[in-house]
Amino acid sequence: MSTTIDSVKVQNAPNPKASGPGPAARIGSALWNALRNAAPLLVMLVLIFAIWQIAAGGAKSSLPPPTTIWAQSHDLILHPFYDHGGLDKGLGLHLFASLKRVFLGFTLAAIAGVALGMLVGTSMIAMRGLDPIFQVLRTVPPLAWLPLSLAAFREAQPSAIFVIFITAIWPVIINTAVGVRNVPQDYRNVARVIQLRGLGYFTKIVLPSAAPYIFTGLRIGIGLSWLAIVAAEMLIGGVGIGFFIWDAWNSSNISDIVVALIYVGVVGFFLDRLVAMAGNFITKGTSA
Amino acid sequence: MAAYLEISKVGITFKPGAVPVLVDVDLQVARGEYIAIIGHSGCGKSTLLNIVAGLTRATTGGVVLDGREVNTPGPDRAVVFQNHSLLPWLTCRENVRLAVDQVFGRSKSRAERAAWVDENLELVRMTAHADKRPAEISGGMKQRIGIARALAMQPKVLLLDEPFGALDALTRAHLQDQVMEIHHRLGMTVLMITHDVDEAVLLSDRIVMMTNGPMATIGEIATVNLPRPRDRLALVENSNFIAARQKVMEFLYARHRNPAQAA
Repeated sequence: MSTTIDSVKVQNAPNPKASGPGPAARIGSALWNALRNAAPLLVMLVLIFAIWQIAAGGAKSSLPPPTTIWAQSHDLILHPFYDHGGLDKGLGLHLFASLKRVFLGFTLAAIAGVALGMLVGTSMIAMRGLDPIFQVLRTVPPLAWLPLSLAAFREAQPSAIFVIFITAIWPVIINTAVGVRNVPQDYRNVARVIQLRGLGYFTKIVLPSAAPYIFTGLRIGIGLSWLAIVAAEMLIGGVGIGFFIWDAWNSSNISDIVVALIYVGVVGFFLDRLVAMAGNFITKGTSA
Repeated sequence: MAAYLEISKVGITFKPGAVPVLVDVDLQVARGEYIAIIGHSGCGKSTLLNIVAGLTRATTGGVVLDGREVNTPGPDRAVVFQNHSLLPWLTCRENVRLAVDQVFGRSKSRAERAAWVDENLELVRMTAHADKRPAEISGGMKQRIGIARALAMQPKVLLLDEPFGALDALTRAHLQDQVMEIHHRLGMTVLMITHDVDEAVLLSDRIVMMTNGPMATIGEIATVNLPRPRDRLALVENSNFIAARQKVMEFLYARHRNPAQAA
């Protein structure tokens, strides 16, 4: 994961080898750099697959080795967007359905979470009234909300979205509140000297100062959403990566499960990077 | 000569019943005067500056600036903070711009404000780096932006809280020269906190020496008899410079040694 970031940095940095010779040599050295950065990851992957192959290769093994997975499930890897109607769809389409739910639930959680966090961060009364409730509710496991939301909404789709919402909202609220409350004294002094008050103080000092905290909350939130959606979809069924995994288990397609897990991991990683990049862009590099 | 800035009987106690940090601080500052306040760390000199800035309220006594009592912070007493306090999400120009928009939002047009921001950036010779963010420039440059931001508010008194304390010696000397030049050109009133004897003598008209806390107060005030503009090289052998320097040294290290070091 960090390899991708490193390679970008290295390519941007001035390269002593690339200064003199022509374009061909420059491309060559760029390739060499990319290879040098990716090599440890590739070696590691080969090693893991080899160990896995040996460990699971026996006749009595309960889990399939990579070769078996390829033989049984290469359709899933090669054609992520096939659609044979009903629930018989490619992994890409299942993921897309899950992502749609996460996107809806997470967007709602981000809006409500930032708003509530600001309220709790700025008003002492709101903090005293709401913070204890938040602290209790945030410890409730995401799936524990599912029966209640199914009872309330009587439909799978809004219930799943609600579970995402209720999972992602707590870290957003808590981090926003902490960020809003912890505006450094230095910035507050500056605001006082230039007599910046009220809404101007809030938008020009508090919000930008809290932005890195808010994005930390959003990053934790999107991670939890992705964790919750797979579990929730196992229970509610329909199209979605969680249901796909559960369905594969019911039809004993262990190979499909392994492929799906890898997809889930990769998508989760990109979701996290996406929010981090948005944070970096909006806070102009002041957020980590 | 009527005092432009008058600090009278200022005392401060942080907790009720505790020993006061400052007692009976009296100081009259004339318009255009450059005052340095020097003392060991912990003597309450920064607290005194914060009281003048209005960031901290005095327990007793008060501060009158240009005939008006000081109760709250305001741009007429712009502060250059020790740790520069620039907003990291804004560029240097935007940092100055925020203050200018806030202070002159009604009295100047948009174009006038933009020109005024540029003028102040030019004053501290930061035009070339104006569009960088604070994280991308050196400590000395940050402090110059801090000074530009403060000057752009056209304060009645410029308050400098150990502005060069965190800088290396060469950068510090360079910035001192710049501040001297700006003071010469604009003739603003300055109150500067420092713990550097040479800096105090080089820059100021009078040096206010603080006794050690708690219950710190002004121990002595030395007048620096040196014509302006001053040149740091020429001053090295100037007898008035040496005399003033000795007076401050003697106060700080013989009569009022730092209690931490004396123990």
